[in-house]
Amino acid sequence: GVQSIAPSAGAHTSAFNSLFVVFLVVCGFFYLLVIGFLGAAILRRRRQGEDGVPALFRVWVGLVSLSLVGLALASWLTDRAMASYGDKGPPVRIRLTANQWWWDVEYLGANPSEAVRTANEVHLPIGRPTLIELQSNDVIHSFWVPNLAGKQDLIPGRTEDIALLPRKIGVFRGQCAEFCGAQHAHMALTVVVEPEAQFRSWWRQQQAEAPAPRTPEQLAGMTYVTTRECATCHAIAGTTASASVAPDLTHIASRKTIAAGTLPMSRGGLYAWIADPQGVKPGAHMPYIGLEARQLDAVVAYLETLK
Amino acid sequence: MSAPYRFTRDLAELPTHAFGNRSLTWWGVILFMLMEGSGFALAGAAYFILKSHQGTWPPAPLQPPGLLAGTLFTLLILASEIPNTIVKKKAEAEEIAPVRLLLPIMAAIGGLLLVIRAFEFDSLNVMWTDNPYGSIVWALLVLHTTHILTDWFDTVVLTVLMFTQHGPTGKRFVDVSENSLYWRFVWLAWLPIYLLIYWVPRW
Amino acid sequence: MIARDGPELQGAELHDRLTRTWSRKPGLIGWLSTVDHKEVGRRYIVTAFVFFVLAGVLALIMRTQLARPESGLITADRYNQIFTMHGSTMMFLFAVPVMDAVAIYLIPLMVGARNIAFPRLHAFSYYMYLGGGLMLWIAFALNIGPDIGWFAYTPLSGPEYDPGKRADMWAQMITFTEVAALAVSASIIGTIFKQRAPGMRLDRMPLFVWAMLVVSFMVIFAMPAIALASGFLISDRLVGTQFFNPAEGGDPILWQHMFWFFGHPEVYIIFLPATGFVSQITETFSGRSVFGYPYMVLALVATGLLAFGLWVHHMFATGLPRMGYAFYTAASMTVAIPSGVQIFCWIATIWSGRPRFGVPMLYVIGFIITFVIGGLSGVMVASVPLDLQMHDTYFVVAHFHYVLIGGAVFPLLGVVTYWFPKITGRMMSERLGRWAFGIVFASFHLTFMPMHWTGLMGMPRRVYTYPAGMGWDALNFVSTIGAFGIAIAVILFLVNVFTSYWKGELAGPNPWGGTSLEWATTSPPPPYNFAHVPVVESRTPLWDADGGPLPVMTGLRVDERETLLTTLIDAEPDVREASAEPSIWPLLAAIATSILFVGSVFTPWAVVWGAIPVAIALTAWFWPKRSREPGEEPVIA
Ligand code: HEA
Ligand code: HEA
Ligand code: HEC
Ligand code: CUA
Ligand SMILES: [Cu+2]
Repeated sequence: GVQSIAPSAGAHTSAFNSLFVVFLVVCGFFYLLVIGFLGAAILRRRRQGEDGVPALFRVWVGLVSLSLVGLALASWLTDRAMASYGDKGPPVRIRLTANQWWWDVEYLGANPSEAVRTANEVHLPIGRPTLIELQSNDVIHSFWVPNLAGKQDLIPGRTEDIALLPRKIGVFRGQCAEFCGAQHAHMALTVVVEPEAQFRSWWRQQQAEAPAPRTPEQLAGMTYVTTRECATCHAIAGTTASASVAPDLTHIASRKTIAAGTLPMSRGGLYAWIADPQGVKPGAHMPYIGLEARQLDAVVAYLETLK
Repeated sequence: MSAPYRFTRDLAELPTHAFGNRSLTWWGVILFMLMEGSGFALAGAAYFILKSHQGTWPPAPLQPPGLLAGTLFTLLILASEIPNTIVKKKAEAEEIAPVRLLLPIMAAIGGLLLVIRAFEFDSLNVMWTDNPYGSIVWALLVLHTTHILTDWFDTVVLTVLMFTQHGPTGKRFVDVSENSLYWRFVWLAWLPIYLLIYWVPRW
Repeated sequence: MIARDGPELQGAELHDRLTRTWSRKPGLIGWLSTVDHKEVGRRYIVTAFVFFVLAGVLALIMRTQLARPESGLITADRYNQIFTMHGSTMMFLFAVPVMDAVAIYLIPLMVGARNIAFPRLHAFSYYMYLGGGLMLWIAFALNIGPDIGWFAYTPLSGPEYDPGKRADMWAQMITFTEVAALAVSASIIGTIFKQRAPGMRLDRMPLFVWAMLVVSFMVIFAMPAIALASGFLISDRLVGTQFFNPAEGGDPILWQHMFWFFGHPEVYIIFLPATGFVSQITETFSGRSVFGYPYMVLALVATGLLAFGLWVHHMFATGLPRMGYAFYTAASMTVAIPSGVQIFCWIATIWSGRPRFGVPMLYVIGFIITFVIGGLSGVMVASVPLDLQMHDTYFVVAHFHYVLIGGAVFPLLGVVTYWFPKITGRMMSERLGRWAFGIVFASFHLTFMPMHWTGLMGMPRRVYTYPAGMGWDALNFVSTIGAFGIAIAVILFLVNVFTSYWKGELAGPNPWGGTSLEWATTSPPPPYNFAHVPVVESRTPLWDADGGPLPVMTGLRVDERETLLTTLIDAEPDVREASAEPSIWPLLAAIATSILFVGSVFTPWAVVWGAIPVAIALTAWFWPKRSREPGEEPVIA
């Protein structure tokens, strides 16, 4: 699936899968031993004294201890290998900041002009490591894209990091894995792994400012968004809206979902969300605004142009 | 009910009370000391974890607590072990007169300690709401104060009891002895806390 | 003239006089004043099962919600309260207390004592436990139930992100149950250390007694951590301290360390008593003493010690130093050795014995088949690279239900069946019992086996809903079906309990042919437990007596409550000590303490003013009630 250990799309998850098989085999073996012994004990049903059992006991303890040493070693080696994946080439650097209940995404380019800010969606080039700096603005969240790697918590007051090494093209889904309050269930992240060239062009496109409105309706929408409530929370590059407590909307229409995976991106989705965010995602930190029908049409018409 | 029995021994001559680890009371006190001791130890661990996140300790521009009240308290509580040891010995010898003399003294010392403790809070130079440093030193001091307070209360009740007809009984003497044991724990627990509150911030 | 039991005073007359001395007064006040460990233990057991059913009903609601994707049955806010209540109730109000409850009933009988040590303290413990449970569930009914998960991570549970009283209710429930658990531990250790029958040396104690000894010490070292943590949390929330507030330099991870320093030992506090159950049942139903007794004792002690070195394995995703993680992986895996030893010894006991497969034994077999799967998945999540994927997914949910239900609830159901005749005097129905076992075993695996896959396929825990098409739909549906199967089995089990209580076949003192001392007295036991002090000459006293006369000692008073203290290691008779009379003051003290605890959620002044009635109640509790001869006064309890 798109949020699963299989198919593996990252070096870490591949290493996980191999290690998991090792554990499965060893544990399966011991399980069979236990069940076999138990079955034999039940079927025997005769008092024959302890013949052979004390010797068997020593073998068992030895076997168990040895296997555990083996498993601990395998686990440690895998961990070491995983730690080295971040060094395989010049990394893409991202800063991910978790909020109740959405992801703030910043691409940290070599110079400030390359920096990109978006939300709830990251694009990664295949074959190159990505180093993600993780922070939280409120409570503890956890970054987790199972197809690529394991998790790492985002802890307020600290900066953690995680490395990814994508090896398969595709669109994957990540989800906040640490319980973070009312809408923990709706805190997903879209991850697009693509060829380097495509990634470059995406990045370039994200650096651009928002396109200017072309129809009167779009203009009305832009006026509303940049001068009314919306602008107290959201930013749209190239307009006067520059608040930063809510997802950046500059290229909202280019994203695949709305409100951290709550709705798919579509006109209907935008309508539903802006008309009644509390109905769609109860508890979310975007209030019910109460737009009139005409205003709503205009706002959606404008947002749709923000590719 | 009519299971046949083989009678092996008659226990009538056994004593009906004993001191130290032969008595249940002693075990009760020891177990409570273990619980509270692990509480203190964990509070100490929390202290160091919180300290590890701060550049300076106490966080600038705070001053470490004033030494006078805390040190006075420490000296007095150490000195209290002298009457404490005597009352324990006398209780175990089951002599009522010295016990009736010394318990009020112990109660008085406890009261005096509580008064000094009030000045200690005053000399911390920080409020519990200021920062984690303030929170943890207040927590340590409050935690210890509850022990002083409860033991003082125990001692007062026991003192009154020793002057009644219930006083000169074996069980009461066991109580006095275990109360003294507990007091040792109270002052022993104080010593590391004293270091944490007054001296670690000065290092 | 002091009356004592002995060759001259035995049989019916002794019974009458001891009954008079050890009975409580009839009537409501008498009922509330009881300090008889059998009465308190029974109430404890029943109360714990009530909480189990309540939390189980919550589980059914969760499972119904999760049966289908995007289900709108309950809101996010309700769901979050429900899973928090399910986890907190199961752990704090069912699993830990029910083990204490069984121990309160049985430990004094198993060691041959007249009553538990510190009888009033353990009565107090029951009322505190009840008070904490009532507070939590009343809060839930009033929609101020906690919604922060059973481990209440800060800062989500702190004042900024959980305004209102919800988290306070959770933290204060912790305070109640922790006072209760500590009080019981003191009583149990006192009973085991000082009140064992003459001759029951440490190396002759039944394995359940060993398990409870280890567990009680674990409680004493682990509970203060959660007490301190919840105290810090409450003070952050109510008086503005900054322990966990990152904005002021506080440390949210400190909470996790303190919680899991308690939380990990807690899971063995639940599991080890269950291993004691398994040992008792296996011994009786195999007709031989447990294979490898010294290794079993070592395994208990080793698990108890190791349990304090593992807590970080719940925190692998927080990003602590890598080397530290390797240590905790290794330590966590080490625990598999004592567990493996225990599993081996039980099977070896069955192997070399003459097993009978009564219902309790079926639960033992179900336990082995199930618990080992959970233990092995535990070893998987103990590996850092594996855990980083599985942490906070349904794989972990599967792991811990396998160990909790397979490892603790199955043995518990077995042991209820096993000791039911002792407690009530009647046998449970074998036929209904087999049905209930079969259904609960099959439904359990149907519920939780699929969760391993649900987790690996990426479903996080604690989500109130999930999108369709993730591959989780069918698996979740199966889990839900299974959960209702468990409910049917639980209902069958309860029906069996109730019908057998009224109509079951009469049991007699030792229906299963058990060997430990509780089987040496009538079923149910008289208020004074044993007419004379039983004497133990081996690890399996009743088998060695072989129907012959039981060796006993005599000379305890019959006109006063008196109990025998023996020495710590060899259990030589040492002192005859008075045992506490019934008293209403433990109840009143518990009420006063409850008022203080609940009041403090609303104003810190409750601590100051509430302390006065508590002090009065405690003084009255300890104050000697009437003049008696020297040396006859109960002290602590
Ligand atoms: C009864 C309760 C109980 C028991 C006994 C255990 C037993 C074990 N548990 Fe479990 N655990 C829980 C209850 C329990 N656990 C709970 C409630 C949680 C979740 C809390 C939450 O997040 O809500 C949890 C979570 C948990 C985690 C954290 C997972 C996460 O959140 O990411 C880990 C990680 O190491 C872990 C490990 C273990 C291990 C190694 C054992 C070992 O003790 C198991 C040992 C037993 C065996 C291994 C089987 C018998 C042995 C053999 C047959 C020998 C052969 C075996 C080998 C060679 C491997 N447990
Ligand atoms: C001993 C502990 C214990 C026990 C026994 C159980 C039992 C069950 N648990 Fe629970 N569970 C936990 C401890 C336990 N659990 C913990 C600690 C958590 C973590 C919480 C957290 O994340 O904070 C958890 C979480 C948890 C989840 C994950 C929730 C989430 O993350 O969103 C789920 C989901 O399926 C679940 C299901 C079940 C089910 C179906 C049972 C079933 O086995 C229940 C069976 C019982 C019944 C079905 C009751 C039957 C009775 C009746 C039907 C009434 C009859 C009435 C009369 C006769 C009057 N549990
Ligand atoms: C008080 C702050 C606030 C106001 C005012 C506000 N929003 Fe939002 N908005 C948010 C937050 C917070 C989110 C993220 C919610 C979530 O996903 O949990 C959000 C999300 C969104 C999203 C989805 C973003 C994404 O990345 O998926 C859109 C689109 C949006 N808002 C549009 C608007 C419009 C249009 C208005 C004005 C009519 C508006 N918002 C007013 C806070 C606000
Ligand atoms: Cu963010 Cu869960
Ligand atoms: Cu653990």
